[in-house]
Amino acid sequence: MSVVVIHGLRSAFTTRGVRATIHKDLNLSIAQGEFLSIVGGSGSGKTVLLRQILGLETPIKGTVTVLGEPAAVLGRAGAASRVGMLFQHGALFSAFTVLENIAFPLRELGTLPRALIHDVAMVKMQMVGLDPSAAHKMPADLSGGMVKRVALARALVMDPPLLLLDEPTAGLDPDASDAFCTLLRSLHQELRLTVVMVTHDLDTIFELSTRIAVVADKHVIVDAPPREVIDFDHPFVRDFFRGERGHRAMEVLHSQVPGV
Amino acid sequence: MLLVLLGGLLFNFVAFVTRPLRGPWREISAQVFRTGAQALGITALVGFLIGIVLSYLSAQQLAVFGAGQFIVKLLGVAIVRELGPVLAAILVAGRSGSSITAQIGVMRVTEELDAMRVMGIRKGYRLVLPRALALALVMPLLAAWTTAAALLGGMLASDLSMGLSPEYFLVALPKAVQLSNLWLAMGKSMVFGLLIALNACHFGLRVLPNTQSLGEGTTASVVTSITMVILVDALFAVLFKGVGI
Repeated sequence: MSVVVIHGLRSAFTTRGVRATIHKDLNLSIAQGEFLSIVGGSGSGKTVLLRQILGLETPIKGTVTVLGEPAAVLGRAGAASRVGMLFQHGALFSAFTVLENIAFPLRELGTLPRALIHDVAMVKMQMVGLDPSAAHKMPADLSGGMVKRVALARALVMDPPLLLLDEPTAGLDPDASDAFCTLLRSLHQELRLTVVMVTHDLDTIFELSTRIAVVADKHVIVDAPPREVIDFDHPFVRDFFRGERGHRAMEVLHSQVPGV
Repeated sequence: MLLVLLGGLLFNFVAFVTRPLRGPWREISAQVFRTGAQALGITALVGFLIGIVLSYLSAQQLAVFGAGQFIVKLLGVAIVRELGPVLAAILVAGRSGSSITAQIGVMRVTEELDAMRVMGIRKGYRLVLPRALALALVMPLLAAWTTAAALLGGMLASDLSMGLSPEYFLVALPKAVQLSNLWLAMGKSMVFGLLIALNACHFGLRVLPNTQSLGEGTTASVVTSITMVILVDALFAVLFKGVGI
């Protein structure tokens, strides 16, 4: 069953009177339980694609269906119970503590008693590996890794079946990045999540992805398991996956990637 | 634009009144503190100094005509009816208006606004309503506070420049200035507060996710708010020209 279906997508932006087409006849389907990485050059519209899945932006043509509903409807109604989103810089509310940030979607829903909301938020904190002592810290007092974990806990607080990640390891040091990847992999497996990730980090891509979609020339040029994508003949794929960085990351793929 | 903002505010206000227990009380309280309590120092200082300046200059002119005793009426009406509310509003537009625009603008840059939308949280309810309510509540109080500081400055300067005792000033003031002037000042201050908040939120929500847009939005917010305050003040002056004079 497909969780996300994108069909015939066309997106364009006008900047200072100049219209730039980002996507042209882009098609993509994401099945339940997949960990899909969207890869592409800078400005290829990867993040725009995530925002369109969330219903934050509307394409000029084509359809984006998420969990059987048009993404635009999802965006209007608020998608927290169906889609969790980890923004690139966490997007934590700076005036709230860690616990308040995590509990905020539940508090807004207004159907759970206050004590239960507190307990659920604490459970989610533990789930993402945060120490309970961090509950009353402000976002400004957190390290980059902790910000990502808090943001992840908030994204998952309503138990959504679909999780979107925008550059989840950007700005993290190698150790923190590895730890975060391990956390993402275990959450993906234990919660049976469907995950869509946008990233440039090859190590992360090979470590986590069950499938990779490469966006180039304004559409998805290849959409397949990692090993098949690497062998695909296209200038972007050659530069990105078979360059020096690609070779280093390939070692990870050979040693541990499941399902390839 | 203003109609859309006012319509949205009205809609959210009705939602707030019908379910007050789930209202954004914490945000309102924080805004009252930031825009009101923290502005007490600067508004008092500016009001006090303007009171002194106005008193000294008026005393010189009135002395030429031997009409020194009219200083109380002149200062009273000018400060209570006009200068107090307008000074407070201009200070709040510069201080809190810019802060509100920058705060909401930064939320755009850091994707907090997008996060709110994903969670189904209404920006109008969580961001605009608390700021508009707080400023509508705080602005009349700040205007009264600024007026009091300006009158104090004027009273001290009258004593020093014309030998008018503070006792005489305080006794003569209620006779010279009708109470309706104060009510008019409070009423228009509430409108000023509402307009400053709506305008600041509008420019904050229009900020694009880059720092240049943030700077431009903040500047535009302050300039527009101050211009709007002066325009609305002129409108009040024309509409209520027969009140309290």
